[in-house]
Amino acid sequence: MNSIFKIVELFNVFLLEIGELSYFAGRFFKEVFKRPFEFKEFLRQCYYMGNRSLLLVAVTGFIIGLVFTLQSRPTLQEFGAVSWMPSMVSISIIREIGPIITALICAGRIGSGIGAELGSMRVTEQIDAMEVSGTNPFKYLIVTRILATTFMLPVLVFFGDCIAIFGSFLVENLKGNVSFLLYYNQVFDALEFGDLIPATIKTFFFGFAIGLVGCFKGYNCKKGTAGVGLAANSAVVYTSMLLFIIDFVAVFVTDIFYDL
Amino acid sequence: MNNSTPNLKPIIAIKDLKKSYGDNHVLNGFNMVLNEGENLVIMGKSGSGKSVMIKCLIGLEEYDSGTILVMGKDIRELNHEQLDELRTEVGFLFQGSALYDSMTVRENLEFPLRRHTKKFGVIKDTTPLVMEALENVGLAQTVNLMPEELSGGMKRRIALARTLILQPSIILYDEPTTGLDPITAKEILLLMISIQKKYNTSAIIITHDVDCARMISNRMILLVDGINYAEGTFEELSTSTDPKVQAFFK
Repeated sequence: MNSIFKIVELFNVFLLEIGELSYFAGRFFKEVFKRPFEFKEFLRQCYYMGNRSLLLVAVTGFIIGLVFTLQSRPTLQEFGAVSWMPSMVSISIIREIGPIITALICAGRIGSGIGAELGSMRVTEQIDAMEVSGTNPFKYLIVTRILATTFMLPVLVFFGDCIAIFGSFLVENLKGNVSFLLYYNQVFDALEFGDLIPATIKTFFFGFAIGLVGCFKGYNCKKGTAGVGLAANSAVVYTSMLLFIIDFVAVFVTDIFYDL
Repeated sequence: MNNSTPNLKPIIAIKDLKKSYGDNHVLNGFNMVLNEGENLVIMGKSGSGKSVMIKCLIGLEEYDSGTILVMGKDIRELNHEQLDELRTEVGFLFQGSALYDSMTVRENLEFPLRRHTKKFGVIKDTTPLVMEALENVGLAQTVNLMPEELSGGMKRRIALARTLILQPSIILYDEPTTGLDPITAKEILLLMISIQKKYNTSAIIITHDVDCARMISNRMILLVDGINYAEGTFEELSTSTDPKVQAFFK
């Protein structure tokens, strides 16, 4: 009986959290079109988020491209289908691996950063100080960050995809003596707008989810240093979960359009 | 003690304020009036609800029941914009200073100034106002420093300058001398007195510090069990025979 109560209680907490997150998202959409626009802070956040994640995304993308090609090569060789390598790599990276891996990296890098930064601002009463000075901390801190992650993630994904395909080319060049021109010709031959557009659209949603959850957790951080740690940690966990759900929905919706 | 007699025109009035966190009843019908030009000190034990009370006063915390009138306006009846406008008239000095640590001292002071175009208009060059506020607290040389480069006392002064830059009529001080050495604490108190004289502000000062109460108060309220247990001047309360009142002055 006790365990049933516990499950019901956990479910209640989960629903409450979903409700609060939805209210937070609603407030974002309400505030985003209101003046004054904090354009300078938005650009600053774009710079920080983009610039600070660039190296990490590049290294990860490069390794993924490299490893993916090395692992797939023997199997394709068995079937005499190594010439399909550029097509296979490009489609899988552009459609799925690139966006989801980059988003997960950014959830760890950017989402936890936002959670910790806003959490410590809450704990040290900096957010309260903004509020009592009659300024709108939601507009300055939250709207700018969510917009920055929404617009910067597609850029990072595009960059990561390019590096991953370059990593794959390096392996093909070393192992199969394939020229740069031939490899990229095959990559672009395999790609269609139907691969690029849905993959790009979903990265905007990924970016929005990273910013939203990070901001939600940090802004509503409980008092104390433990609260800051918890905000950063739960921002990553919740975002990662949400990214897979969004990815599933995106693939499902894309599939419906393909069928049409 | 600050002996100047303030006008008896109420600027803040709190009536029957109640606030609970679950079963923890923090404020149980607190009443208070702050008159124009007055320094009102509120003393109470830790956890007695002093900070909760001033947070309710500025709209940072929701309260369960009662009435709070600030400059004649019931804060519960104000919408967001009206509350923000009223907040420009009420400065708040936080216990931990609460300087924005990603901004320089100049940016900390400019931040509220640039966003209150209704009160100040669009200010192209904020430097004179920033420098005036910093000179008032004797820290003009720190204008380009980051908060992490400042000592605790300096942070408190900069926070005071940030409060002053909006030219408020009322200042709420939440334990302004806590965590400071006696010399710096005295400097902060003298600064608070000089600011009151210069700008004719009214103030509510939340403190545990008896010296602070002696130096700055026109009137005092002792907060016990969520109500205003005793009220009077420093002399009246410090000579009281009530053991609960005496406990604060030992």
